[in-house]
Amino acid sequence: MKDKIFKGLLFAAALTILVLTAGVVYVLVKQSLDVFQEYGFFGFIFNAEWDPRPDTEEYGAWSFIVGTLFTAFFALLLCIPFSLPVALFNGEYFNGRKISSFVSSVVDLLAGIPSIVYGLWGFYTLRPIVIQLGINAPGFGIFLASIVLAIMIIPYASSLSAEFLSMIPNTLKEGAYSLGATRVETIWHVSLPMASSGIVAAYILALGRALGETMAVTMLIGNTTNVPTSLRDTGNTMASVIANQFGEADGLKLSALIGIGLLLFLITAVINLIAKFIMKRLAAR
Amino acid sequence: MSDRVKFSNIKKRSVKDKIVFGLVCFFSFLSMIPLFVIIWNVISKGYANFNWRLFTQVAPSSMDALIAKMSGEPIPGGILNGITGTILIVGMAVLFTVPLGLFIGIYLSEHPDNKFARTVSYLTDLLQGMPSIVIGIIAYIWVVKPLGSYSALAGSVALTIMMLPMVVRSTEETLKMLPRSLKEAGLALGASYTDVIFKVIVPSGFGGIFTGILLAVSRVMGETAPLMLTALGAAVVNWNILEPTSAIPLLIWDFYNDPNLVDIIWSASLLLLIVIFLLNWIAKIVARKWKI
Repeated sequence: MKDKIFKGLLFAAALTILVLTAGVVYVLVKQSLDVFQEYGFFGFIFNAEWDPRPDTEEYGAWSFIVGTLFTAFFALLLCIPFSLPVALFNGEYFNGRKISSFVSSVVDLLAGIPSIVYGLWGFYTLRPIVIQLGINAPGFGIFLASIVLAIMIIPYASSLSAEFLSMIPNTLKEGAYSLGATRVETIWHVSLPMASSGIVAAYILALGRALGETMAVTMLIGNTTNVPTSLRDTGNTMASVIANQFGEADGLKLSALIGIGLLLFLITAVINLIAKFIMKRLAAR
Repeated sequence: MSDRVKFSNIKKRSVKDKIVFGLVCFFSFLSMIPLFVIIWNVISKGYANFNWRLFTQVAPSSMDALIAKMSGEPIPGGILNGITGTILIVGMAVLFTVPLGLFIGIYLSEHPDNKFARTVSYLTDLLQGMPSIVIGIIAYIWVVKPLGSYSALAGSVALTIMMLPMVVRSTEETLKMLPRSLKEAGLALGASYTDVIFKVIVPSGFGGIFTGILLAVSRVMGETAPLMLTALGAAVVNWNILEPTSAIPLLIWDFYNDPNLVDIIWSASLLLLIVIFLLNWIAKIVARKWKI
């Protein structure tokens, strides 16, 4: 009897995840219905106008979608030259040694620093440097936000990549060595191709992080509603526009912001599912 | 002739090998620099106001801070309202998350091949990847709107949604690593299923489960975005869970742009980093000590 109740409780607990997810989707869809009915699904997505003034009120998500993709992909590009060497250092060259556990815990600590502290640091330490470099006058913008984002996602990209690199069986690498290959040739022709789909999955997950990152970006991107076209531009991401404007929003504007939230949720969900799918297929192999 | 070509070729290859190795080490080293620069910045700017006042007084108004600054005195006030708010909000979130996450984790580890469990597992991944600002929107609609007020409770609901997938995953993964024989031995001795789970399985996996909880707490400790939309912030110490409440990251957000108060904000960041790194460190020790 007691066991039956307990098993029922376990099942009920697991059910809450189902309810939670359904509730999330339901609430986002329901609350953003107004704006999608007003402009149409694609009409809202591809409209670059964001004007909250009462008489010319108009809302479109395009400039924020562009801002999000721009910063996230540029950050991803910037992080590769750092996260890939870290992954090779930990997963290949010094796999299992003391120095690698030191490097990986230092890099992993980067993931522990709160987003808001990154924002504060970018604001007071990096922004003056960006201004001095003459990137743009206020210092804020796509460039500054992307640099900080890149630092933030290094640990996500590198630790998972290192894990996949370290899982490659030694016999394969020894085979390459015995044929006279140097270390870098072994990495290039054996390790990287073997771990490639895992590494791709790691970078996709890191991209997901960058897309949804809020506070640091909000503090550094400049918060303007134009469509950013270059690294010098200021802009807004989907997350930062919500963070900035949610507090005073109501009516159609609130619905528009929740609509952006729904789009962001869908984008990150798809990205994460792709990464998980790749990793599941790897695990099955 | 051909021998010489081969020899130079080998030399070239080995040089290339060494260059790549050097580059890998160099860039790995570069990647560690931001951490030290950030820590150094936070310490050097935050240590001056890192004193007793920080823990005993609420955040000052910008005006008071300006007056103190002009007369060359240290900034009056601290971040007490943020500290108590963080304790209240995170504490409640832990209370909500731990029992629920533990049960879901046990369920998933007990039914690895069941279709329902696989769906739950997928959805847990989905929730884990959800951007924190979206979680803020959800908690706003679920709690703030019906109750008609921003509140600590709404903040902790948001943090619960963030922590739950992490605790579920760590519990599930820990319990899956336990040998089957452990459970079978318990059942064979005539213990009930409930007893086996609570007196054998969960205690055996304690290290992993506890580590997971500590890491989840350290993750949500500095979360700002979901709290902006739910707990909002307050200028006073508040213990009423139905009232707007401040938190350390919320104070940083409120004052980071205020030149009069920014010094205290660096101290708040320092405190946040110390607590987070401490939690990470304890988690590591626990994980090592109770290794399965």
